[in-house]
Amino acid sequence: MKLFLPRFLTMLLLILVGSSGAVRAATLSISCGAVGVEMRLCRQGVEAWAKQTGNQVKVVATPNSSTERFALYQQILASHSSDIDILQIDVVWPGTLAPHLVDLSQYIGKDATKQFFPALIANDTVNGKLVALPWFTNAGVLYYRKDLLKKYHAQPPATWQQLTDTARRIQNAERKAGNPRMYGFVFQAKGYEGLTCDALEWIDSFGGGTLIDADGKVTVDNPRAVAALQLARSWIGDIAPRGVLNYDEEESRGVFQSGNAVFMRNWPYAWALGNAKDSPIRGKIGVIAVPAGGTDGHQTGTLGGWQLAVSRYSQHPELAADLVRYLTSYAEQKRRALAGSYNPAIPALYRDHDVLAAVPFFGTLYTTFEHAVARPSRIAGSKYARVSAEFYYTVHDVLSGKIAAAPALATLQQKLTRLSRGGQWR
Amino acid sequence: MSTHASRLTRQRVRSAWLFLAPVLVVLALVAGWPLLKTIGYGFTDASLIDPASAKFIGLDNFSYLLLDSHWWAAVWNTTVFAVVSVALETVLGLVIALALNAQFPGRGGLRAAILIPWAIPTVVSAQMWSWMFNDVFGVINHMLLALHLISHPIAWLASPDTALLSIILVDVWKTTPFMALLLLAGLQMLPQECFESARVDGVHPLKVFFRITLPLLKPALTVAIIFRLLDALRMFDLVYVMSGNSRDTMSMSVYARQQLIDFGDLGFGSAAATMIFAIIALFTAVYLTVARVGRER
Repeated sequence: MKLFLPRFLTMLLLILVGSSGAVRAATLSISCGAVGVEMRLCRQGVEAWAKQTGNQVKVVATPNSSTERFALYQQILASHSSDIDILQIDVVWPGTLAPHLVDLSQYIGKDATKQFFPALIANDTVNGKLVALPWFTNAGVLYYRKDLLKKYHAQPPATWQQLTDTARRIQNAERKAGNPRMYGFVFQAKGYEGLTCDALEWIDSFGGGTLIDADGKVTVDNPRAVAALQLARSWIGDIAPRGVLNYDEEESRGVFQSGNAVFMRNWPYAWALGNAKDSPIRGKIGVIAVPAGGTDGHQTGTLGGWQLAVSRYSQHPELAADLVRYLTSYAEQKRRALAGSYNPAIPALYRDHDVLAAVPFFGTLYTTFEHAVARPSRIAGSKYARVSAEFYYTVHDVLSGKIAAAPALATLQQKLTRLSRGGQWR
Repeated sequence: MSTHASRLTRQRVRSAWLFLAPVLVVLALVAGWPLLKTIGYGFTDASLIDPASAKFIGLDNFSYLLLDSHWWAAVWNTTVFAVVSVALETVLGLVIALALNAQFPGRGGLRAAILIPWAIPTVVSAQMWSWMFNDVFGVINHMLLALHLISHPIAWLASPDTALLSIILVDVWKTTPFMALLLLAGLQMLPQECFESARVDGVHPLKVFFRITLPLLKPALTVAIIFRLLDALRMFDLVYVMSGNSRDTMSMSVYARQQLIDFGDLGFGSAAATMIFAIIALFTAVYLTVARVGRER
């Protein structure tokens, strides 16, 4: 209804002018995030496409908090509203929103998906339907203090055990040297989605799987996952402050950026802030992939990032798909990387000279994205939020010492199996 | 004569209803309809993503809710929060109101100044306090350590023993001014004659307080406490900002929101919301009955 008037006026105008393109011209609307420069970049990209194709596009601002945005999308889609044609969706939403999204593969060429990270395309394909295209990506990384590691002749850690030892050694030495508030390692262990991301990295780096396997079977109760959680439990009160149990991204960044931690697990956004003019640790930060669990483990990083999808209730699905294709193209992702340091979802851009010159640390991130692990959102579908909550509550109880890792994971296995009705998630 | 009076009364009653009608219609639309809708959803298996395909499932949601230990933990947390915070706020608010009721220079400015915590949006003050409570860079640990009151930093919001306590303290900080203002208004309406004769008789100030001020203030106190209790029982923002969905501090509203929004379970979330409504209604009814019985005695 909201769209009717502008669309009607556009049509009227075009009929009066007698333009030959009148049949195709339409007004689309797209929802973009509005964090920092996000909105401006989105508007610029959208306007470029509108100019090229002679259509009009409205940019709709949505809430910054991703949980609020998720709730809003669910309400809009549940009412079958055609108000928003293109939705910017989080990497864990395709499983839940898929029934309301258009299969993009019918509008774009089969080869068009080849340029993206395979993990992202796999994540956006639900039951054989390509419901979204990756716009920019994200993965958990490990930050370290270059200056402190150099001072104590330590190497950036390749395994969690090395991280634990280095963190403890530097923490104790720095405390003796006069900073009683020094800690070895900070991360996100508040009971929320962030802890799911962190703990998935621990378990995956030990080779303990991703909670649920590709067939829908719950796999979280295994010796490697137990070992991962036991090691993480040993950090609390030793190399990590007890308060980490209530830290989100920003609180851990607060500790790290005020110079009180040797290592921090966080998302790539912390890089720019840590190197800002007023940051006490400017120029002293290094970034590497999240360490491996042991000699037979592997480096990892939980996959994050945003995708563009087309609503099933759109009046112009074909045009909307074309705008999505344009916004996720090589050229547009390159522009966004240069102008806003958004991490491209296209591997080739991490070898692009212009991009590397503008944002040198993208080179380091590339391996992380290649090894990134996806949360089991696609397989769990609309039950993912519950799976994630059961998981982060369990991990939180283990970390705070309420229950040992082995019985906790055994109970979680039972709960998740019951939730899935024995592996049938849909 | 009597028929004339009753016709006048009828006319007045009629015009009263006429004037009230718009308000009643608006109330029915913005409060009554959503409430009924929520209660209705509580008996279905509706999901947020597809409410149209909801099926009636009777009392399933409610029986599951009553068997969920996390729900009862949330009820307990909310009750502890409401009782402790309102009790502290009442006592402190009364002390402040008595102080502000006295004549001294700069009283107007001070009255305005104490309202500042109340004027700051809760989300802002909750975020501010959670940084102050941070165990590494928070100012509270810094001060306590400097005063040698504690030997090592305390993770206020992370440990189950102190998290709810911290949240209660922030609520007391925030809402005591509101309580003080309500009680101050009550104090200023008290008849001065009683106090004057007490002064003439040389009654001890403490005795004046317990025998004259407090009984006279009781109606104002009753209203102020019920206001705060209703508010505290549906407490959401402080808890959600300071410790999120943590089960150690989860309130009833946080529980309902998690089911409704995070899990997209419109039916079950609505059942939880309906229970919150019922519990608050019950609390209010009991409190008002007790208060009335107390007054009549």
